[in-house]
Amino acid sequence: MSVSRSINTAVRKVPAWPIYLIGAGWAGWLFWLGLTGGLGPEPINALERRYGEVALQLLIVGLMVTPLRNWTNISLLKFRRALGLTAFFFVLAHFLVWTLLDLRSLSRIGEEIVKRPYITIGFASFVMLLPLAVTSNNTSLRRLGAAAWRKLHLLTYPAVLLGAIHYVWLVKGWPIEPFAYLGAVLVLLAVRLRWKRRRTMQAARA
Amino acid sequence: MTPRWTPDLTQDDVTPKELWMNRRKVLASLGGLGAATIAGGAFAQTLQPNSLSEISNYNNFYEFGWGKDEPAQYADAMVTSPWSVTVDGMVDRPGTYDLTDLLSGLRREERIYRFRCVEAWSSVVPWNGVELAGVLDKVGVQSNARYVAFETTVQPDVMPGVRSRIIPFPYVEGLRLDEAQHPLTMLATGVYGQDLPNQMGAPIRLVVPWKYGFKSIKSIVRITLTDRQPPTTWNRLNSREYGFYSNVNPNVDHPRWSQADERAIGGGLFASRQPTLMFNGYEDQVAHLYNGMDLSVNY
Repeated sequence: MSVSRSINTAVRKVPAWPIYLIGAGWAGWLFWLGLTGGLGPEPINALERRYGEVALQLLIVGLMVTPLRNWTNISLLKFRRALGLTAFFFVLAHFLVWTLLDLRSLSRIGEEIVKRPYITIGFASFVMLLPLAVTSNNTSLRRLGAAAWRKLHLLTYPAVLLGAIHYVWLVKGWPIEPFAYLGAVLVLLAVRLRWKRRRTMQAARA
Repeated sequence: MTPRWTPDLTQDDVTPKELWMNRRKVLASLGGLGAATIAGGAFAQTLQPNSLSEISNYNNFYEFGWGKDEPAQYADAMVTSPWSVTVDGMVDRPGTYDLTDLLSGLRREERIYRFRCVEAWSSVVPWNGVELAGVLDKVGVQSNARYVAFETTVQPDVMPGVRSRIIPFPYVEGLRLDEAQHPLTMLATGVYGQDLPNQMGAPIRLVVPWKYGFKSIKSIVRITLTDRQPPTTWNRLNSREYGFYSNVNPNVDHPRWSQADERAIGGGLFASRQPTLMFNGYEDQVAHLYNGMDLSVNY
């Protein structure tokens, strides 16, 4: 208890804004690597993958904030918006590499979204994250009201799940990484389902 | 019998040895030749062989892991000498041949081939080696043989992918006999005039330029002549996605992605995709092998 309290006290002094800076710096660094040969001889594909992976990693970290608070009392809630928004920026970068560097044709982009199920769900995930990114500010929170805002942001769950499936679906064979991400997402979503069930049961008893 | 293959690329197309590592300079120096090259063929200007560094650092060799950089990282430890190849099945002279004996007396050639991976990336590689047909003649193919099966070495001590059993090993591949005897089909022992780097399938590998790259099995230790279509690794793993034939075909998509175009490796961040050619550009030489076959069924 005292450990978590002192961690929380320390965390209170750490601002969240460096997450945006680190994210932007990391994205820029990866782009620079792609430009200068550091991502290997097929940099478009490598950059596309790296941006997508970082996005998924950040989304998973975002999903861990609440379980961490419930299980250990350590609260990283103040970082969640920055984590989510940075994740969205990486999804956007991933999408832009795919559209502007890889395919470069509007008709082809449309065709791929319609024809390839793994791209369909990846795109769906991106579309779900859009309103969440747009409303991730205090003004929107106030205007929507806490209840509606929270309801809207439940979209995070299907978006992350689709993102994880998108990755598993595109790989050849069974490399560990995409399956580990999907496993983590499934566990983190299952935890929420269990909480929800417990809440409704408690409500019924009361 | 198909006549001997005449390459559409010559020694002049090979990047000068001293400039391997600096492709940009080479391309710049070729700028003046652009018009003449384009007249030679729509894609001739892109048919510069990739640098040795590009083609030897971007490999699928699952014995060493899933990553394309892992083969270059780990394959150095693979034992490639001494090397022998067991030839068995429907042949007149079966046996375990030392690599030197297997290839002795056969004409060594350099051939610049397009290489198209099923994952929709491609490269251009100056291989050194012999025609597989020459080796088959040497061991004497019996008249009832219809297929050739190949097997890759398994060296668990130095192969992390084998130890983790990421896919079933040994890796196996196969060709129909007429495909194997086609003059385009090579057994390669080198690239850029030097021995194959281990990660590219040293000391001897198959090269079938009109098929997706995974057909071109690496580090071969067994060649078997048979009358039945042999099992092939990716087909066994997922037959809907990877057929026995696996001919490069822009009109038949992989179930999950398009095969209509490809990314040429080494082009950098701003290179655009290029159209994939029927039979990877070797249609005139090999289309007759598949006369009357529905290529969307026999993918």
